[in-house]
Amino acid sequence: MRVASLVGAVPAPNVPTRLADGSVAVLGARDLVLCLGGRRVVDGLSLDLRPGEWTAVVGPNGAGKSTLLQLLAGLRAPDAGQVQLAGRPLLDWPPRQRAQQLAWLSQQGEAEGDIAARDVVRLGRLPRHGLLGLPEAADEAAVDAAMAETECSSWAASRLNDLSGGERQRVLLARALAVDAGVLLLDEPTTHLDAPHQRAVLRSLAARAQAGAAVAVVLHDLTLALAADRVLLMQAGRLVADGAPGDPALHTALVAVFDAAFSIEAVSAQGRRRWVAVPTL
Amino acid sequence: MKAPPAPATVSLRLQGAAAVRPGFTPARLGATLAVAAALLLLLGLAAGAEGWSFAWRAEVELISAIRAPRSLGALLCGALLGLAGALAQGLFRNPLADPYLLGSAAGAGLGVVLVLAAGGLLGATMGLATAGALMRLGLVGAAFTGALLGMALTLLLARGAARPLVLLLAGVVVGVLLTALSDLVILLSPEALRGKQVFLLGSTSFFGWPSVWTMGAALVVALPLSLLLARALDALVLGDDSAASLGLPLPRLRLLLVALMALATGTAVAQAGLVAFVGLVAPHLVRRAVVVRHGLLLALSALAGGVLLLAADIAARSLLAPRELPVGVLTAVLGGVYLMWLLRRRMAA
Repeated sequence: MRVASLVGAVPAPNVPTRLADGSVAVLGARDLVLCLGGRRVVDGLSLDLRPGEWTAVVGPNGAGKSTLLQLLAGLRAPDAGQVQLAGRPLLDWPPRQRAQQLAWLSQQGEAEGDIAARDVVRLGRLPRHGLLGLPEAADEAAVDAAMAETECSSWAASRLNDLSGGERQRVLLARALAVDAGVLLLDEPTTHLDAPHQRAVLRSLAARAQAGAAVAVVLHDLTLALAADRVLLMQAGRLVADGAPGDPALHTALVAVFDAAFSIEAVSAQGRRRWVAVPTL
Repeated sequence: MKAPPAPATVSLRLQGAAAVRPGFTPARLGATLAVAAALLLLLGLAAGAEGWSFAWRAEVELISAIRAPRSLGALLCGALLGLAGALAQGLFRNPLADPYLLGSAAGAGLGVVLVLAAGGLLGATMGLATAGALMRLGLVGAAFTGALLGMALTLLLARGAARPLVLLLAGVVVGVLLTALSDLVILLSPEALRGKQVFLLGSTSFFGWPSVWTMGAALVVALPLSLLLARALDALVLGDDSAASLGLPLPRLRLLLVALMALATGTAVAQAGLVAFVGLVAPHLVRRAVVVRHGLLLALSALAGGVLLLAADIAARSLLAPRELPVGVLTAVLGGVYLMWLLRRRMAA
């Protein structure tokens, strides 16, 4: 590996991989396999995340969505296959540089403590200024912006443990946004949120994507997922469909994988053609 | 001579004020604790076996030989325990974690028992005074070594500090094992039991200037290094995976923090024995009073621990004067009452 990097066989960081269709990928996974407890939780999965695109990841419980996100974030090493960030194997990145490029938000429930909400959001700047460095004005500005974006500035001084589930989720989301990373991997960021705040989250993710970030979001609500630029459908650790929200093949696969628990209907809203999942009762 | 108010009420009022007022700023809490520490130090110079005496000029020798090192020692010992407690609670993400969790108490106990048993064998051949001084030195060293070895064994068994739950379980296992070994030694050499009880009961009455320098040095090393790493404890609030996603080398940071906690706990145990609850309660009181990051939490917990133990030490000296209560018994009672009150509040809420 060291020899390879000396002769330049390993691409320099921040050179995205060019895909066959001419677009570029900032985060790419090839043939990922991960076994947990004898089960193939992720089973030979490949995908590319492109800058400027927000992707929804959907699938039934236990499909491997959260595990996939952890693999993409470099929090787990795959048993086989590889993830590349900007053309360089993810696990070769120095952790702090990787953390500047890639923000990950866990499923809720883990965060617990008595520190103030604003100090939680400040942690998002840790990859920038480092464990021993001091936050600068730019860091504080990013914290302010992220808290304004998820509308959680008003309880900046409250303890994390004193917040309700929805409030806490908005603080944790602001923490992930404050990183200002080029890749955002979010595991169910709309949990516990009411409709206006779900909308706020999706709008800010779309805005981040428009500004050039690659955004991948695990979502349970299919109607929300069908508002994404692209939808990935997982089942039993595999990718069974990958398409735009209007793709009929995607609709067929969704209905099949979710046991026809809903039908997908086209509606026109706000002057655009949209798709919604209507439960079959 | 007018008797000042009983120190026990001083410390209780302090706790009450900290617990009731949520609007306490960190600076005000720090200033209050610092003033309390200074006042208690003065009070500590006056508290003796014969009651209170403020005729300091007449008692210079008594004060400089006994009361000054004892009061300073109590302050430093409490500070080490407060710091270790705040580190433990941050590391294990558990507000009830205690610095003695990782096998340090049982390790110190075994070390002390071994030295006592060996001393029992040697004691007959040496003069009594020499044996006493050597024994004291040997006990402090053995308790420190034992505490560090206990924690090292725990780390070894848990294969590092990467998994907190495994680390806690390993601490329990090491505690049980080393305590059983101590019991075995005591069975073979019964006179060691009394010595162990006296030494590990938790007492500030042995403190001399060497203790003050030792504990001061440990605090000078452990506190700044802990403050330097405090942001890692902040990040752990998010959970392990999120902290790792921020690019932190968690296993290494945890190991460093456990080592600092071991230094603080081991030094305190070696000098004072097992002083219960100070390490648990001090960070608790600080967290109730102010909303702070771990950097300030560690510093304020050290200060609060020092104030608590010094107040308890003065109370232990004066409540039953001329007899003296072991300060560990007093902190156990006060700490137990505090936890019971906490439990009642929790259940009511």
